[in-house]
Amino acid sequence: MAPRRPKLAVFKFASCDGCQLTLLNCEDELLAIAGEVEIANFLEASRAVVKGPYDLALVEGSITTPEDAERIHKVRRMSRTLVTIGACATAGGIQGLRNFKDVHEFVSSVYATPEYISTLEASTPIAQHVRVDFELRGCPISRAQLLEVLGAFLRGRRPNIPTYSLCFECKRQGTVCVMVAHGTPCLGPVTQAGCGALCPSYHRGCYGCFGPMESPNTASLGARWEAMGAARPDLVRAFRTYNAAAIPFRAASEAYEQQEP
Amino acid sequence: MSSKSRSRTIKVDALARVEGEGGLTVRLRGGKVADVKLRIYEPPRFFEAFLRGRDFREVPDITARICGICPVAYQMSSTHAMEAACGVKVEGSLRALRRLLYCGEWIESHALHVYMLHAPDFLGYESAIHMAADHAEAVQQGLELKRIGNELMTLLGGREVHPINVRVGGFYRVPTRRELEPMVKRLERALDLSLETVRFVAGFDFPDFERDYEFVALRHPDEYPFNEGRVVSSRGLDIPVSEYEDHFIEEHVPHSTALHSVRKGHGAYYVGPMARYSLNFDALPEVAQAAAREAGLGPVCRNPFKSIVVRAVELVFACHEALRIIGSYEPPERPAEAVAPRAGTGHGASEAPRGLLYHRYRIDGSGTVEAAKIVAPTSQNQKTVENDLWHLVPSHLDLPKDELTWRCEQAVRNYDPCISCSAHFLKLEVVEE
Repeated sequence: MAPRRPKLAVFKFASCDGCQLTLLNCEDELLAIAGEVEIANFLEASRAVVKGPYDLALVEGSITTPEDAERIHKVRRMSRTLVTIGACATAGGIQGLRNFKDVHEFVSSVYATPEYISTLEASTPIAQHVRVDFELRGCPISRAQLLEVLGAFLRGRRPNIPTYSLCFECKRQGTVCVMVAHGTPCLGPVTQAGCGALCPSYHRGCYGCFGPMESPNTASLGARWEAMGAARPDLVRAFRTYNAAAIPFRAASEAYEQQEP
Repeated sequence: MSSKSRSRTIKVDALARVEGEGGLTVRLRGGKVADVKLRIYEPPRFFEAFLRGRDFREVPDITARICGICPVAYQMSSTHAMEAACGVKVEGSLRALRRLLYCGEWIESHALHVYMLHAPDFLGYESAIHMAADHAEAVQQGLELKRIGNELMTLLGGREVHPINVRVGGFYRVPTRRELEPMVKRLERALDLSLETVRFVAGFDFPDFERDYEFVALRHPDEYPFNEGRVVSSRGLDIPVSEYEDHFIEEHVPHSTALHSVRKGHGAYYVGPMARYSLNFDALPEVAQAAAREAGLGPVCRNPFKSIVVRAVELVFACHEALRIIGSYEPPERPAEAVAPRAGTGHGASEAPRGLLYHRYRIDGSGTVEAAKIVAPTSQNQKTVENDLWHLVPSHLDLPKDELTWRCEQAVRNYDPCISCSAHFLKLEVVEE
């Protein structure tokens, strides 16, 4: 008898769908993936749902409602390996901006009938609720890194995903440093590699889609930005985007907020 | 027992093959439809609230994150709104490049919907992956077409999901003629595949179902609409984008899940490919018009199940338009126009793959956002989707429940609904059943 194919499931929480779309964007590999794993639960692609437990769960999105805070435990219980995909699942996502404001004021400013809205004070990463086996970064994730994670899972090894900064990618590609050459503020020195240093190759500064690198020196980068003319509120906003709830970025944005004149 | 005396509920807990999370409930009593609810339980993300206080230049990147399937639409509606607020108009090659980027998104998004999300309904498969077992060639064709759309977005935008190259005023870096050149062969291939797509979907079986919709879309004097034009309707509306909120409101319906967009004094309306097509058929190039005729479409289409054919015709248009733009491309002198902030309000509307996407922002003199409003296509179509089901279900009551449920799902998927987009302004109902 042929060995059973591992069962793959994709679960969505608060998010834009872009990271699970990255799986559908593997046009050349999609049918091959479908041959190696059983796509057991992937609602964006199929109405056929095979019951759990699942061998691999890809989880997109952050936890923002009481119902989702319950649901993630169910997902964990029926998943042997749980991998979060993207900035929402890994660092709260752009909706994590609520964490710095009064969410009740947000509700009443967007919705006419606030009592219908069920929401939590904060948008939190999956790992704050359940054990996570691997966190894949990015807003959105990189297709190549997703394939690496799937391949590693199928072969039973750890994914090989670097945690060094974006600067390594620029140097390797021979992209001229936008900060040194043009004085363009760039988050590359504190941001994890993974996108292929896209923004500098398009003559703009990195804006931090992949979240903090391993041991980032945000204070040193902030001082450099200030020397180039950035104001404190600019630094607060720069650290407060798609990975605002990631600890080093949150600490940096709060530090600059307190220092605002 | 006759079917007329029974009370039945058709419930789809989680709609598949849509972007985002939604469910559907149709209640039947005495052979009649008693209630239709398209439920949205996608968690709200409060974009309009946290955009306040951000710099106006950050808004295109932030609003892109509303939707991973149509980020360019959000980038385009927001950049145009900001430029309108600041009194800048982007013309010439930069304007053409924006259309070219949008072509990439339409190709990617329409190919995804036609082949991966919608065609399986017509052919009776749970998904495109199941469909591939019997229709490998068609699925490969769809994936190739989608890939070419993604290649165009990646070339101009850096990547296909949340492109990084769009800014208020234009782009960070513009391509050279030489960089665009390799896309010509790819797009010629995509044009062939699109024509093949029209023939493929035209052969499906379509339910005999038409409704007299009020179609709403942009209309431009010289071109099939992407980023510019007046908001027009099939019942005589013809207004500038800046007057949108004078004519359309989001109405709160008791016990309903959503704010339903309606045209004031007129009710539900229809946005999306079928509206664009029916209001702008004359602006399509001959190759697209001919493909439509060959597929049996007239200049107006009112059968929502045939929206898959209209999407295929728009694929032909997008490939043809992309080739036209590349053929006459001269790189602009600079990658972006300078846009200095000034206090004021700006409106922007563009044609997302799923239909009209309206943005309004108020900014202060330093460029800080003071107010934001975003109305997505799925939010505007929601009432129309429910109305379709009110009309569709009674004539299909003889179907076994499984088939009727599937048919209802298909009717929702006619709209390529993007629930991730709509949840930022739709009411959230927590359904406990």
